[in-house]
Amino acid sequence: MKKLAFVTILLLGIVLMAITADFPRWGDPLSPASTYLSPHFIEKTMEETSVPNIVTAVLGDYRGYDTMFETTVVFCAGAACFFILGSFGREEDDKIRYFRHRDTGVVLKVQPHGTRPSSRADFERIDPTWTPYDFIISRVAGLMIPFIQLFGLYVVAHGHHSPGGGFQGGVILAASFLLLALSHNMRTLSARISNKVLGLMSASGVLIYAGWGALALAFGGNFLDYSVLGVLLGLDPIAARSMGIMIVEIGVALTVMSTMIIIYNNVASLGAYDEGL
Amino acid sequence: MTEFLQTGLTAHYNYWIYIILMLIGLWAMMAKVNLIKKIIGMNIFQTAIILFYVSIGAKKGGTIPILEHAPGHGHEYIMDAALYINPLPHVLMLTAIVVSVATLGVALALALKTYREHKTLDEDEILSHLSE
Repeated sequence: MKKLAFVTILLLGIVLMAITADFPRWGDPLSPASTYLSPHFIEKTMEETSVPNIVTAVLGDYRGYDTMFETTVVFCAGAACFFILGSFGREEDDKIRYFRHRDTGVVLKVQPHGTRPSSRADFERIDPTWTPYDFIISRVAGLMIPFIQLFGLYVVAHGHHSPGGGFQGGVILAASFLLLALSHNMRTLSARISNKVLGLMSASGVLIYAGWGALALAFGGNFLDYSVLGVLLGLDPIAARSMGIMIVEIGVALTVMSTMIIIYNNVASLGAYDEGL
Repeated sequence: MTEFLQTGLTAHYNYWIYIILMLIGLWAMMAKVNLIKKIIGMNIFQTAIILFYVSIGAKKGGTIPILEHAPGHGHEYIMDAALYINPLPHVLMLTAIVVSVATLGVALALALKTYREHKTLDEDEILSHLSE
């Protein structure tokens, strides 16, 4: 098998390297990729959408269909992770469980079908997702998380004028939540933002995107043609396109953020985030 | 042959780097038996494609595709196509990066499920389990 793979890869490599002789030089301004559509985008974006960041304009407006279905793919990935790993139904009560008293550090061993400690505030359950409390790590993470979230919101909101947008801002927001899960534990995260809420946010992000695009149909435009929605927003058609990109970027950010957290929750806990959810 | 090597090394070496990177990923996907190593190989492959696309958009002397203000205090922008790199590959790869993270998540979930079922990530052992 290894020999076959090696021969295949060697042959493929030789063929691909021979093909590169016909490729344009690196950084050639006259290469085919940069001559047809790209000058139109660069010269007309400001006139047509009033967005200085061409990447955002192409992402949200000119190639709106592509981005909408990419967002759907991300949503589907989150749903797939949930359905592949999620354990449905109540957990069987036939295992030995451990509960740790928060103040004294005494660990109780509870036999199958035994009585569990009733107070969630005094006892924490010891399971694979449990991590010991560390003062320095939790305090430093606690200081950093609000600023990371603020930066994430800035990246979403400022995507029209600087590098950024829904995908990048969404991932930064997700990173702040994952830092909470890593520095404290997963239960702290799911107490703040439950999996049900995450699933709803993930779906509503796609709904915002597709709904905003479908709303244009009601105003007599094409699907995802934001310019006709200027009537609704009280803006001229070009400013409405800029604002429409903003709204779909918010939808993208919601979906990306919640899907990243869903994937982390499911993969890191093997789908066993049962208690407290 | 020497001419091919010369142009390759001076003008097309970027493509050669992506081809080598892509072949490393493909090798990992084909020859490795551990499922996690296969997933890592898939990610290396995706990275090679992303780098390839981004390098297609490069232009000598071009800056990032965000319009810059013209000199002076007006609200005019410089809109010369030769000054900015091609925005299209960047858009395509922006979404491709997030989708590659999503596929990585699904692949890891499937690997975990397989591990729970067979107690191993070794492909050959899983196949022998299945044929029993």
